[in-house]
Amino acid sequence: MREFDYRRAADAHEAVALLSGEPEARFLGGGTNLVDLMKTGVENPALLVDVRGLPLDRVEVADDGALTIGATMTNSDLAAHPEVRHRYPALAEALLAGASGQLRNMATVGGNLLQRTRCGYFTDLSRPCNKREPGSGCSALDGEHHNHAILGWSEHCVATNPSDMAVALAAFDAVVRVLTAEGSAEIPLAEFYLPVGDTPHRETALPDGALITGVTLPAATVAARSRYRKVRERASYAFANGSIAAALHVEDGTVRDVRIAFGAVASRPWRAREAERALIGGPATPEAFAAAADAELAAARPLAHNGYKVPLIRNLVVSTLTELQEAAR
Amino acid sequence: MTSTKSTAISLRVNGETHSLTVDNRTTLLDALRERLDLIGTKKGCDQGQCGACTVLLDGRRVNSCLQLAVAAEGREVTTVEGVADGERLHPVQQAFLDLDGYQCGYCTSGQICSAVAVIEELAREWPSAATEDVRRPPEVSEEEIRERMSGNLCRCGAYVNIVRAVTQAAKNEQVTA
Repeated sequence: MREFDYRRAADAHEAVALLSGEPEARFLGGGTNLVDLMKTGVENPALLVDVRGLPLDRVEVADDGALTIGATMTNSDLAAHPEVRHRYPALAEALLAGASGQLRNMATVGGNLLQRTRCGYFTDLSRPCNKREPGSGCSALDGEHHNHAILGWSEHCVATNPSDMAVALAAFDAVVRVLTAEGSAEIPLAEFYLPVGDTPHRETALPDGALITGVTLPAATVAARSRYRKVRERASYAFANGSIAAALHVEDGTVRDVRIAFGAVASRPWRAREAERALIGGPATPEAFAAAADAELAAARPLAHNGYKVPLIRNLVVSTLTELQEAAR
Repeated sequence: MTSTKSTAISLRVNGETHSLTVDNRTTLLDALRERLDLIGTKKGCDQGQCGACTVLLDGRRVNSCLQLAVAAEGREVTTVEGVADGERLHPVQQAFLDLDGYQCGYCTSGQICSAVAVIEELAREWPSAATEDVRRPPEVSEEEIRERMSGNLCRCGAYVNIVRAVTQAAKNEQVTA
């Protein structure tokens, strides 16, 4: 591991100031992903600015019911928070579906949003990877890619975003709050993760040197009836092969509001807007749920070894929405 | 900016304060084992995947292999050497002995630190992925224990007795709480 300087920031403004003009600097949150990548040599910062102790570790409830989640809150604390458990249960479930108890105690909300892909070639310095070394090529396209993307990929990169939390945040229209030297700004999660295109190394719309200070979840009554379901190769402590965050509000058999996002299918959490459009105002039946899944998955382009993800996601849509509808009866 | 590749820190471990200068790259795991001679905490994968290095940081379980020592300054570290009450074993340690919750023993200190924290998390009514309804308090059950202990791998496969030991300790804690 390369030697690095270490600074601890007392507040968010100081953190941003310490990082400014230091292109090789990184913020350190829980370190669960960054320290691991430093050990393998994928990340080689010259300076770590520790933001773990910043006073951004709480949930604030606005008058209109919106939640603002501080960026240094741990994944454990957020999953255990009463407002999250009762008003956005799919977010609590998504957090609890990720990693282990130990890692959730370390990992922060800001760091979770910025965690890197678990594509094996990304961490294998002996193999080409456009995300790690732009222009070197993609080893996964014709390599081991059974758990790679089926949506939104390009020939430059087929890696997936590994976050469970971000899938629930995408379903609930989260807004990422950031601080730069110029001041604070907000980036809707839908615009936070960039399309892959020919720049897979550029993953987010976060300006250079910007610090994530929190995430705002708008109030949404539909979110109180929501689920996160994850399919993986072990019963626990594994990344998803496919996952879904869904919320459903039905009145007299008609879908009035619905939110659907998929995980482990693309370089970003995949908000299924085509599926939502197909459902709104229509009947809440398994046939309609399947048709909505098909509408979204019409754009899927599975690779040679991950075609199973298309029916997997389709089945998750039907079973999760059916479960939500039955729970409401 | 002056370059400081190492840092003088004080680490509070099992109630004792230690002053030492660490290379900033030093993990808490290596500081405990190599600098403070507290070798109860084990190095397994060194990648946050196996849980052998689990310690408590401010009472919460973490993977010490991913925790930089310099970033642990000012926080309270508890290792397996510090969970007993003097000569009296922690109820989790006693349950591992009573129910034979190990084979080779390499993962055991991590399992024990993790289980001590699991019981605390259940007492705080934290949900888990095994909790039927996250809006309600979790039950103490083998299914909950299995899920909550999933960050601690055992290559011998002693899981059956580990789950029994942790479940028994958790249930006893419920009775006495």
